Amino acid sequence: MNALTAQLRTELRLIFRNGEQLLVSLGIPLAILVFFSRVELTSGATAGDPIDRVAPGVLALAIMSSSLVGLGVGTGFDRSYSVLKRLGATPLGRSRLIMAKLLAVLCTELVQFAVLVPVSLALGFEPVWSGWPSVLAATVLGTAAFGGSALLMAGQLSGLANLAASNLIYLLLLGTSGVIVELSLLPGPVRWVAELLPAAPLVEIISSSLTGADISVRPWITLGAWAVTLPIAAIRWFRWEP
Amino acid sequence: MAVIEVDSLVISYRDPAGGRRTAVNDVSFRAEPGQVTSLLGPNGAGKTSTLECIEGYLRPTSGTVRIDGLDPRRDHRAVMDRLGIMLQGGGVQTGIRVSEVVELYAAFYADPRHPGELIDLVGLGTRTRSTWRSLSGGEQQRLSLALALVGRPRVACLDEPTAGVDLAGRQVIHQVIRDLCADGVAVLLTTHDLDEAETLSSEIVIIDHGHLVASGSPAQLLAADDADHFTFRARPQLDALALGIAIDARVVETDPGDYRVDAPPTPTLVAAVTNWLAGHDELLGDLRAGRRTLADVFGRLTGEPAAASGPRRRRRRGSTA
Repeated sequence: MNALTAQLRTELRLIFRNGEQLLVSLGIPLAILVFFSRVELTSGATAGDPIDRVAPGVLALAIMSSSLVGLGVGTGFDRSYSVLKRLGATPLGRSRLIMAKLLAVLCTELVQFAVLVPVSLALGFEPVWSGWPSVLAATVLGTAAFGGSALLMAGQLSGLANLAASNLIYLLLLGTSGVIVELSLLPGPVRWVAELLPAAPLVEIISSSLTGADISVRPWITLGAWAVTLPIAAIRWFRWEP
Repeated sequence: MAVIEVDSLVISYRDPAGGRRTAVNDVSFRAEPGQVTSLLGPNGAGKTSTLECIEGYLRPTSGTVRIDGLDPRRDHRAVMDRLGIMLQGGGVQTGIRVSEVVELYAAFYADPRHPGELIDLVGLGTRTRSTWRSLSGGEQQRLSLALALVGRPRVACLDEPTAGVDLAGRQVIHQVIRDLCADGVAVLLTTHDLDEAETLSSEIVIIDHGHLVASGSPAQLLAADDADHFTFRARPQLDALALGIAIDARVVETDPGDYRVDAPPTPTLVAAVTNWLAGHDELLGDLRAGRRTLADVFGRLTGEPAAASGPRRRRRRGSTA
């Protein structure tokens, strides 16, 4: 087994051994999917079955939980405990270490989709199948954006501070992404800020793609900009040692 | 040919309070294959900074560091293939199991040691399924040592390898280090443990406040330390002044009942002291002259009291030396 594969296997092993992370990656999206597809909390502007709004949104949340919380918290503790430092002094090297972490995130998202899509279908979601390539593209951009922000924080904060910040930001994005509460129901300034952050555009792209709705280029530009700038910032300012 | 060559190494960095701090100031030494070279010094002396420069973590401000003729930063990949390191603490994911992390590291190298044999070698054969966080401090040190050796390194850099390890664990680690030397590996380690440095090392490099204070084999360091005084024990509050006049040397009572004579312990002078004591009907207690311990040398050169031998006791200080 080569070094990259061995490191990837270790990353996945540790992700799926971590109960708290499994809760965030699978438990919370599943709970949101089942609950909010059955319970209409607010009469939103969007007509139609709640599952059509919730299911795509939950896929976006899955991407966020893996790349923002999973990657961020794991990398933060790895930095605090000198794991990054130690692994950097092996033939594996820093580049392959980060590559293994990003591949692990993508594998995790694959597992999440493999669970959430069938459950969505069982709950009555009827996606437009021609929308999946756009979903794939948005997944890659979203992973880059949230992964970049995760590494930016993990490379600066202590392990515990990073844990708190990652989870807090995840909850804030959850509330302002349009999944739980439609964006049209948020106060004006809050909605304006929410649309500039990467979560709402990601949800909008996935929703529009899978429901066949029209989509402008704006969310693509917003998400694309974050997908470029955040990883660059992470590379620029990442501190490898605690 | 030396495997590690450090020449006129200077490491300085910007102090958070402003200005520059020099952690290592013009240190030079060699580490040979098949030998243990110890970096010895008080807290904050610059030992870990020196080691981290050799490991490629820090860039020298000036001077050079070479491993097998290679630059640890510029030729990083080539150096990592032949270097095994042990950090002062941490370095392993907390949820990973002993067997998993050794197998992981084995996948990084072209010709790794067998993971099972290595785990047994460091005495963790019964703990293969234990996670890092469930290991004791000493077990974690032994696992870290195993990880340093997976790739059959030509050079092993070990930062305080026996810190926090019990006596049995230290014996295991010392034997592993001796076996490494027998295989021709150059071992460079930092330690506070003077007994460990003296018994294990072929070469000792004493560093204090970033400066190289002394270097050489234990025998050379002990021989070079001029026997310019000797000590004896007797009744407290002897007339040290009178004794000093009688033997024509300075006599000082350093502690009640402990006396130091500031002159080389020639047979004539020692006899003069014992004669004076006999003439004043004073009993002589211990008389120590000649062979010193490394602790004496270390203390004299660095001005620090000898660190406690055996497992390192973590002392809290307001500031490091």
